[in-house]
Amino acid sequence: MSTTTLAVLVPLLPFLGAVAGLLLGRTAPGFVRPLALLPTLAAAALAVTVAVRQGGGKAVDAATELTPTGSVPVELALHLDGFAVLAAVLVGIVATCVQLYSTAYLREDPRYPSYAALVSLFTSAMLLVVYSGDLMVLLVGWEIMGICSYFLVGHYWETEAARSASLKAFLVTKLGDVPFLIGMFALAADAGSFRITKILGAVAAGGLDHPTLIALLLLAGVAGKSAQFPLHTWLPDAMAGPTPVSALIHAATMVAAGVYFIARLLPVFTASAAALVVMAVMAAVTMVGSALAALAQDDIKRVLAYSTIGQLGYMTGALAVADRGAAVFHLLSHGFFKALLFLGAGAVIHAAGTNSLTAMSRMGGLTRRIPDAFWTMTVALLALAALPPFAGFFSKEAVLVAAEQAAAGHSELAPTAAGWTVLTAGVLTALLTAAYATRLWLMAFRGTGEPAPDHGRQPVAMTGVLWVLAVPTVAFGLASDVIGDWFDGGQFLPTLLTSVLGTGAALLGAVLTYGLWQRASAPAPRVPAGTAATAATPGTAGTPRSGETAQVPAARPVADPGRTLLGPLHPHAAAGFHLDACYAALFVRPVQAAAGLVRFLDREVVDTYVRGAGTGTRLLGTLVRRAQTGNVQTYLSALLAGTVVLAVAVAVLANVNAGS
Amino acid sequence: MHLAYPAVLAALLFCTGLYGVLARRNAILVLMSVELMLNAVNLNLVAFDVWLRDTLHAGQALTLFTIAIAAAEIGIGLAIVLMVYRNRGTADIDRLRDTAEGHEPAPTTDAAPTADRATGAAA
Repeated sequence: MSTTTLAVLVPLLPFLGAVAGLLLGRTAPGFVRPLALLPTLAAAALAVTVAVRQGGGKAVDAATELTPTGSVPVELALHLDGFAVLAAVLVGIVATCVQLYSTAYLREDPRYPSYAALVSLFTSAMLLVVYSGDLMVLLVGWEIMGICSYFLVGHYWETEAARSASLKAFLVTKLGDVPFLIGMFALAADAGSFRITKILGAVAAGGLDHPTLIALLLLAGVAGKSAQFPLHTWLPDAMAGPTPVSALIHAATMVAAGVYFIARLLPVFTASAAALVVMAVMAAVTMVGSALAALAQDDIKRVLAYSTIGQLGYMTGALAVADRGAAVFHLLSHGFFKALLFLGAGAVIHAAGTNSLTAMSRMGGLTRRIPDAFWTMTVALLALAALPPFAGFFSKEAVLVAAEQAAAGHSELAPTAAGWTVLTAGVLTALLTAAYATRLWLMAFRGTGEPAPDHGRQPVAMTGVLWVLAVPTVAFGLASDVIGDWFDGGQFLPTLLTSVLGTGAALLGAVLTYGLWQRASAPAPRVPAGTAATAATPGTAGTPRSGETAQVPAARPVADPGRTLLGPLHPHAAAGFHLDACYAALFVRPVQAAAGLVRFLDREVVDTYVRGAGTGTRLLGTLVRRAQTGNVQTYLSALLAGTVVLAVAVAVLANVNAGS
Repeated sequence: MHLAYPAVLAALLFCTGLYGVLARRNAILVLMSVELMLNAVNLNLVAFDVWLRDTLHAGQALTLFTIAIAAAEIGIGLAIVLMVYRNRGTADIDRLRDTAEGHEPAPTTDAAPTADRATGAAA
């Protein structure tokens, strides 16, 4: 089979699996698991084959036009370059791991068939986005992902949090999609085609009339999908979905779609320096803000969600300095280790019976209950903190190197301002990332107190997947010198300056956090539980207590290094810097007030007229009824009087008219 | 003969009839007044027919028509008045107010002896 045929099969197989799973889910429950797993596995294998055949060489393009669609043609097109094939491999592998993990994680869930089918559909949509060579076809996959995300976040729709989170995810991403669509039309109108190759050709020929406008419009959609400031608020809430969904959608693939989209159309963005600076500022704000917020979260999944936002900020930053190779390299390695982190977090939550880090830090012996999750998560957290020799180090180095090059003015595309912004924010975030990774590790796995409840050994499907994902987490960095061949041909070897800066910042953050944790937790065992509340935490005594973590005042205080590290910033960071409250004040309340006004107008004004029409007629009828006395002679008298009046009137009028 | 005489006579007749219709209590007298009004109209028709020298004599034909209809009308009208009198023992128009707004139909137990008395009186 030709490479094109194989590439067509890659998104098609999970799609067919999803359709079959939805159709057979009720009638043949035995087929659900194979139907979920096998097409995804086959798609992953095919994606690897396609990647090997493509081999980073010349891009494979194939297109067919199903039907003429008016002025700008929409074609079913494939564009297989190094970025596409590698991203597809990531999607395939992570999706397979997630499907396998879900068979164990959701084995008692009554809605597993629809869940598995939606995950398959989602995988297929993401693969379509990755392979598509036509913006309209890409948009189809983009929107299918949006709706699948809505359904999957709302999987536990019995809970209020899941319902509102799914709605929020849907609305916020759609808010970005509106300008995205307009930008896409503007781009197609300028370039005369939806085909990516033709658009890039038009950009290279300087045929773009409004590059800044188009880039900013597209950036809005990307910010929504890739959870960048200010449209990132849906991602932490989306953790209300099942953990494998968080791993697949909100870490490895869907949020990567936005970054991938910019990587594909990077020349459109580099055509406008203003757009690059905006992107760099957006990435910097996202990175630092999310890292600070991650440091203050109590829910382990929310910590990971904010870290996802931060890592996506790194990718956007790499794109802002016009190095898409570094961005996609970080996307790939982040996809592996973040999926591992989420799946590991699922195992931890499963074992501990809680999402709360505070509760976990009061629990001893969690590492002995889940040794696989402990070791793999340790590896993944090291990768997240970007310590050598793990994958995250190399990819983050690639980003920092690109930023440093741009800051030094060596890049002919990116403005120096963007380079400095990304570099500063990147190094600062490296410190914060290491800090919250260390905090998560210490609080989840180094807790003391009651031993964790024993749920028995976890199924192989769950632990095995963790080890599978641990392989690229550890070893993907080795690809850093060959992976350049698949991209634009650059080298991603770390330089001395950036590796010292990045690793130094990370080590500093980790050591600082560890020191604070030791200081906070050391006296705890010696002080009785009741009086420990104030005495045991000299470091935290000065910080204001937020409502969230002060839930059990009598309980033993928790050694939370994040609280000390953030100081007075802590309650604000825990609330996501009150962005949700801002949005509530700016958008939600005006909309609700407008709805109240409309309701008032409808109920009290419009309905009054309707009711008045009835009441008025009835009153009039009552008046007229009084004239009905039953005496025929009265009626006749009235008739006579009326006739006389009319006759007189006619006579008078006739005379007046005749006279005039 | 000048047209004024029959016209004035017809007007007087009509006014007398109209007064009777509007003011008399007895239903039979009301019917008689209606006849007066009809005849006033007939008088007019004939008078104008002559005055206009109509070759087809449409006025006279219409008068015959009116007489025929008046005969039928008075027949039915008297029959109704007779039935009302038999049922209620009175033909006083002022007291026949069953169609008034808010009028409650008389209960049948009350109506039965009245009807008996009415038939008895008629017999």
